[in-house]
Amino acid sequence: MSQNDSSPQSPPDRRPLIAFAWLWVGAPLAYGVYELVQKATQLFTG
Amino acid sequence: MSPPIAPAGWSRWLVPPAALSVHLSIGQAYAWSVFKPPLESALGLSGTQSALPFQLAIVMLGLSAAFGGTLVERNGPRWAMTVALICFSSGFLISALGAATEQYWLIVLGYGFVGGIGLGIGYISPVSTLIKWFPDRPGMATGIAIMGFGGGALIASPWSAQMLESFGSDSSGIALAFLVHGLSYAVFMTLGVLLVRVPRTEKPVEGAPSVLSGPQVSARSAVRTPQFWCLWVVLCMNVTAGIGILEKAAPMITDFFKDSSTTVSASAAAGFVALLSAANMAGRIGWSSTSDLIGRKNVYRLYLGAGALMYLLIALVGDSSKPLFVLCALVILSFYGGGFATIPAYLKDLFGTYQVGAIHGRLLTAWSTAGVLGPLIVNWIADRQEEAGKSGSSLYTLSLFIMIGLLAVGFVANELVRPVNARHHIPAPREAADVAERQQSAESA
Repeated sequence: MSQNDSSPQSPPDRRPLIAFAWLWVGAPLAYGVYELVQKATQLFTG
Repeated sequence: MSPPIAPAGWSRWLVPPAALSVHLSIGQAYAWSVFKPPLESALGLSGTQSALPFQLAIVMLGLSAAFGGTLVERNGPRWAMTVALICFSSGFLISALGAATEQYWLIVLGYGFVGGIGLGIGYISPVSTLIKWFPDRPGMATGIAIMGFGGGALIASPWSAQMLESFGSDSSGIALAFLVHGLSYAVFMTLGVLLVRVPRTEKPVEGAPSVLSGPQVSARSAVRTPQFWCLWVVLCMNVTAGIGILEKAAPMITDFFKDSSTTVSASAAAGFVALLSAANMAGRIGWSSTSDLIGRKNVYRLYLGAGALMYLLIALVGDSSKPLFVLCALVILSFYGGGFATIPAYLKDLFGTYQVGAIHGRLLTAWSTAGVLGPLIVNWIADRQEEAGKSGSSLYTLSLFIMIGLLAVGFVANELVRPVNARHHIPAPREAADVAERQQSAESA
């Protein structure tokens, strides 16, 4: 977005909030998936 | 509490993480088994007794979703998420008190009853809102949230186990673990409460259909339509078939290859169960998003038709090839997850967005029924076959054919789904406003 676009009426940039929100839920989910993958590989190695 | 209206410029991509913060939390329910052995040894409980909080929680999930759905529609998603947060977290806190004082009934009451209400209200809390924000991709939107419910157990299972390892498995260690769970989930779910908003217009996305386009049916009328009961049967049969595999996954793969040269070890069987969880989760987002492209009826044809075919392959040639067995089971579990995640969008197609959350809540009684039916069929038949002296894959042959039959019933029910008769539709908003205006002018005349 160019500076000219940001008039007083324009809504605030939500991108940092979107990134934070997805990180909030994504980080624990990534941990869960990582643990799952570790366990699932036992099917091929166990 | 009035529904929180989104301010101008609010992004719809803030709503899925709000929904996920709730579903990833309440999905912990499927990791209850982590607490079972420590509770049994610390409080001297039997296996049946230690399962009681989970069973009550699932019953309460079904009941609160069915009876609380209309309240959720009336008060909005923020109210629902707040109720879910309070109930789910205080369920853990009451359980912590129960473990600390060694009063098991408090754990049953806390986790099972109070926490269970949080599960039901939390499960349906974002559904209607997501559909309103994503009228162009309702399957994908609800798929993300409902995938979170599957993901919740993936997070909680290793997390709870590590916590018990650190705090100890005696009653004070369990109490501390419950306390940390309650507080952590309260903080985690707060994001959902703070972020969730309902769209300010009927058309939140340029070029997408209005959320009020198409027929709109109230929850009260929906349960009187054959379409609702057809979908009830579809969901019940699909879930029963999935649970049929999930319930006995580890012993099943071991028994199938008991007499072959490539036997399956206990750790490999555990890996198989983990892989099934991954397929379940992937199916929720993958198949539900696919339904936006190929249509809801077609995707259920796939779940039920191809699902029956997968069961047939396992029954006939499953013991001859391990990769084939694993592949078929993975496909079945992906259909199981997909079936859960696609149903809200199917309901939206048939009944509109007006009270889709409440209708979804009522339909979840099919899940509760399947939760009893599936394990009952598989375990009862496997026990009888064992008594009859059977072993290996033949222990499961009859169960597999019963599952094929159930899927066929679901397939027929899906074929019977037709658009809802116009007599069940509520008047369109403009039409309703005109009627109200006419009534008002008639009264003042």
